[in-house]
Amino acid sequence: MRNAFVDELINLATLNDKIALIVGDLGFSVIEPFAERFPDRFINAGVAEQNMIGLAAGMASEGYHVFVYSIANFPTFRCAEQIRNDVDYHKLPVTVVTVGGGLSYGNMGYSHHAVQDYGLMRLLPNILIASPGDPMEVRACLRYLTMNPQPSYLRLGRAGEPCLHKDVPEIAPGKWLLVHSGDGSKRSLLTTGATLAQAQQWLTVASYVGYALHSMPLWGMSAKSLQAPQIASWESIVTIEDHLVDGGFGSWIRESLESSPHLMRRISVRALDSKVCGMVGGQETLFQECIILPFDEQRPK
Amino acid sequence: MPMDTISFSKQIRKNVLQMVYHAKASHIGSCFSIADIVAVLYGATLNLYVNDPAWPNRDRFILSKGHAAAAIYAALALKGFFPLEELQIYGNDGSRLMAHISHKVPGVEFSTGSLGHGLPFSTGKALAAKKQGLTWRVFTLMSDGEMDEGSNWEAFMFSAHHSLDNLVAIIDYNKIQSLTTVAKTLGIEPLAEKLRAFGWSVREVNGHDHDQLHSALNTTPWEEGKPSVLIAHTTKGKGVSFMENEVKWHYHSPNREQLSLATLEIDNA
Repeated sequence: MRNAFVDELINLATLNDKIALIVGDLGFSVIEPFAERFPDRFINAGVAEQNMIGLAAGMASEGYHVFVYSIANFPTFRCAEQIRNDVDYHKLPVTVVTVGGGLSYGNMGYSHHAVQDYGLMRLLPNILIASPGDPMEVRACLRYLTMNPQPSYLRLGRAGEPCLHKDVPEIAPGKWLLVHSGDGSKRSLLTTGATLAQAQQWLTVASYVGYALHSMPLWGMSAKSLQAPQIASWESIVTIEDHLVDGGFGSWIRESLESSPHLMRRISVRALDSKVCGMVGGQETLFQECIILPFDEQRPK
Repeated sequence: MPMDTISFSKQIRKNVLQMVYHAKASHIGSCFSIADIVAVLYGATLNLYVNDPAWPNRDRFILSKGHAAAAIYAALALKGFFPLEELQIYGNDGSRLMAHISHKVPGVEFSTGSLGHGLPFSTGKALAAKKQGLTWRVFTLMSDGEMDEGSNWEAFMFSAHHSLDNLVAIIDYNKIQSLTTVAKTLGIEPLAEKLRAFGWSVREVNGHDHDQLHSALNTTPWEEGKPSVLIAHTTKGKGVSFMENEVKWHYHSPNREQLSLATLEIDNA
């Protein structure tokens, strides 16, 4: 994903001389091609995230679309108030990019587990969350964001995720993107972010055979009202995410049904138990051990 | 011009006094502390057009100590950015003149209210100007208590590293912060030496002396390739004797009797 990110950003920056990239002293072996190609639009802000976001907001207020790149919780929680006040409130085109979303940095430990970031970002009324499921969705998200510059958060996994789309898909905020059609029984898995790959594996597990699979790469507070009509077309929806159950994607979907409570029973949420906080293990191990499942459901491999 | 800005500063103080009295608002001490700095900035330094607040080549002014918004609103209204009568609804329900500075008010670039945001944002503006070869400047007015915020020191370091000599920070050094003196809270001295060590060009003035303010603010950058920081030694509550150097005037609003006394003192100053 991160390689698709920098490759697509270079493509877009070639067309738009107001795209700038600020990094928080991270991105080794990823961001160099951008830095070499556009030295005037590349800034290493150092290990100073609060200034980095304020700086990005200031540049954005003067016409730049600024991408701010760092890992895990550093460009989000460390500088949450700068994102809230400077970027979101002023509706400035800053895209906060984090690499290592969810449990991607599994063995690195709790400091590097970005499992509360959706909760933070979806509290901000003007932030559009972009959580692509594969490298093609990364490109789609970047194209959408540069065509529609706005306060935004781009959550990337790491590197080497499989491409699940043949081409760069057409996407829009709050719209479900069909990845797999299912058997017509009106049951679907619905995921956002890098758990798309896991979700596809779940389709082979007994409990989910015949399910369709949808991804939602763009979402946020303003896209909530679009959910009920889409949910109404399905009998059963199981959401899957690499985030704590509290404040995550599934809870956002549930909240979207406040005015359509009859649809609520169609939603089941698969997200992380808070016991993951502080656990050590690879991404797959932690995900398998900490995803909350019904007591009678087999753990998908 | 010094005489003009002195009269302007009196008008700012008188309007702030009325605004804070009617809204029963806080922070009058902070507003009086910066009234002379604001008068010189808006009266003699900033390159602005009242009829075109978004003129691309304007100088940018950021109030980082957003709680002193009333002083800026008064200055902007006196300059004609919006009707003077609107000051009467400062702090009222539904008014755009909220008690911490708002970018929704004509002439205001950026909303603040949480300390430590103005300088990093200004740094981004200054960098954007440099990268595009534009000659406008960025002025940021900060508080002394605000020096406690780590984000400012990140921005001080960044600005000097990137040679942003189009950036001017002004520190309103009135020596009092929220609960007590700056010295008793978190000592910031030696402030000038710290800022020089961070790579800034530093000057110190009496923040109520218009001649000193004028000559400092209208000659930046003082050193090519370095951002400028003006340490303005001020008095919290300046201009009203019973408000000067008193922590409580960070919070209190005057009663009717205090309003009369204060108005008299400002008029006779």
